[in-house]
Amino acid sequence: MDRFLFLTLDGLSRGAVHAAFALALVLIWRAGRIVNFAQGAMAVAAAYVAYAVTAATGSYWAGFVAALVAGVLLGALVDVAVMRLVDHRSPLNPVIVALGLVLLIQAVLGMIHGNEYLPVQAPFSRTALTAGGLAVLSPYDLFVLATVGVVGATLVWIFTRTAVGLRMRAAAFAPEVSRLLGVDVAGMRTLGWALASGVGALAGMLVVPTELGLHPHAMDLVFVTAFTAAVVGGLDSPPGAVVGGLGVGLLLSYVSGYAGGDLIPLAVLALLLAVMLLRPGGLFAPVNARRV
Amino acid sequence: MSATRVASPPRPAVDPPAGPRSVPTLLRHLAVALVAALAVLVLSYQLDPFRNFQLATVAAYVCATAGLTVLTGLCGQLSLGHGALMAVGAYTVALCQHALVDRGLTSGALLPVSLGVAVLVTVLVGAVVGVAAARLRGPYLAGLTLAVAVVVPASAVTFDGLLNGEQGLTVPTAPAPAALGSAFPYERWQLWLAAPAALLCLVLLANLVRSRYGRAFRAVRDDEVAARLAGIHVARTQVVAFVVSAAAAGLGGALLAVLAQSVSPGAFGLTLSLFLVMAVVIGGLGRLAGAVWGAVALVALPDLAHSVTDLLTLAPTTARRLEGNLPLAIFGSTLIVVMIAAPGGVQGALSRLGRALRKRRPTHPTHHPAPPDR
Repeated sequence: MDRFLFLTLDGLSRGAVHAAFALALVLIWRAGRIVNFAQGAMAVAAAYVAYAVTAATGSYWAGFVAALVAGVLLGALVDVAVMRLVDHRSPLNPVIVALGLVLLIQAVLGMIHGNEYLPVQAPFSRTALTAGGLAVLSPYDLFVLATVGVVGATLVWIFTRTAVGLRMRAAAFAPEVSRLLGVDVAGMRTLGWALASGVGALAGMLVVPTELGLHPHAMDLVFVTAFTAAVVGGLDSPPGAVVGGLGVGLLLSYVSGYAGGDLIPLAVLALLLAVMLLRPGGLFAPVNARRV
Repeated sequence: MSATRVASPPRPAVDPPAGPRSVPTLLRHLAVALVAALAVLVLSYQLDPFRNFQLATVAAYVCATAGLTVLTGLCGQLSLGHGALMAVGAYTVALCQHALVDRGLTSGALLPVSLGVAVLVTVLVGAVVGVAAARLRGPYLAGLTLAVAVVVPASAVTFDGLLNGEQGLTVPTAPAPAALGSAFPYERWQLWLAAPAALLCLVLLANLVRSRYGRAFRAVRDDEVAARLAGIHVARTQVVAFVVSAAAAGLGGALLAVLAQSVSPGAFGLTLSLFLVMAVVIGGLGRLAGAVWGAVALVALPDLAHSVTDLLTLAPTTARRLEGNLPLAIFGSTLIVVMIAAPGGVQGALSRLGRALRKRRPTHPTHHPAPPDR
């Protein structure tokens, strides 16, 4: 029972990171009907910026802020310099271009920093605190949960309470009408990319210390897991992404705790297959959301 | 490619105009393959062993890129998992060869058996993924196959006992037949093994593309609803396309393992899958000839990067970093530029060039035959 409680809490903390990353995917999907396959590579790039800044200044938090800024700028840059020029009439084109970005970003990172794993320190202890004799969350887990919670709340606030959020939603759902009403649709899409990429960079910063370390491919499996979380939630719904992320985190924690960590990739694949075969629209989509 | 969902007044699913030729398609393809085989034979004596080996590697990649071309270019399904399917073929051929050697059978004639088993196993795996894939579209399918690409190499570590983890397996292969003489370079023999397999694969695929199934593929790609109205079973067609391309990828992976005489998860990671996509896009989506260009680029680019870093005088660490990553960077940026500027790829550009030349000299059309299209 203790073990179950520990695995559950651990799973929620892991899931929070995947939820944040899935949220980034959902943001771009809603802004431009694109699954950003370069999300992982972009987050790794931001994490490398943080690594360099932290190494130069000696402050984790300076690096943390730098990663967020780099993520936002990179997202905007990718949209303006690349995605805007792509012919979106076939859904495959942006996917292929995003894959090109993955290779390019990973290659550039490898050229600058090398392909070795760089050790990354967590800002808080990763040893679990005990409460009443039970091992529960570590300070770092609490930090992760709090950060993701704040980001989620901020996004909700932006989209439901601010004029910019309203314009972004309008531009995503009815681009033509929005344009007629004077909304800068392309600008809103760029803003969506910037926001999403910033959230992705944040998720990358949170997940890298718990992995082996920083590496150009550090986010490959994280991307797949987060994509699974987003698909579980339905790709279209931010709350779905959060619930999907937490659910996937729990599943992975149970699998690694009870069956072995080696099985995590296979469990992700099995879950993805199952969701796509049984409910391709995700758990939160109305049954008739996708047709043909 | 960019035309797939664009200019779609539902096109009737008809053959591309066959021109004045009346030779049966199969015979024509066989003749082309025979000429190509002779050319490779002659070439194998002209090239040094290393180039022979590189050409053999091109042949192995051709199988995979041609299969992916059929799937992505003709049927409109993007797979990021073909590197993983190649891994399936490669591991199967390794296990198979080991099993044969354990039984004391070492004749080189048994290699085709192992290759056949590798293709069969890949077909089974491809069928499982393909059935799931047939229900998915665009980014969903890409995501699922991406998961396959990431997970399958990782599972080599999970099944440590059988697949020997990160170390991988060796692929015991018989030496070149003694009848060829003791001075016969092994690399030439490798080319002689790989090239016929690749040509056979190309002939079969080219024929499939020109058949009823090929027309169904294109119809599904261009407009699923129209294809369904025309009586095409869309899901079944997509599964067939996936299985066929999986078989080709399995053969390619198996050949690659035989050439390298080893197989390890590192050689079949996500990057390989992305490289394959890259190769078919750069070569020209939907054209088998483009798949050949793509395969050539896959082998030539790292070599080119090596020469470039050799020319520059760099510190050893910098040189190593550049050499490993330069091809990736070139591939990535080429892919982006090609998708934005010239979605037809190399083969599309060549076709345009050929048409332009023919237009200029209408009296000598035979001097500039169209490159073998589809």
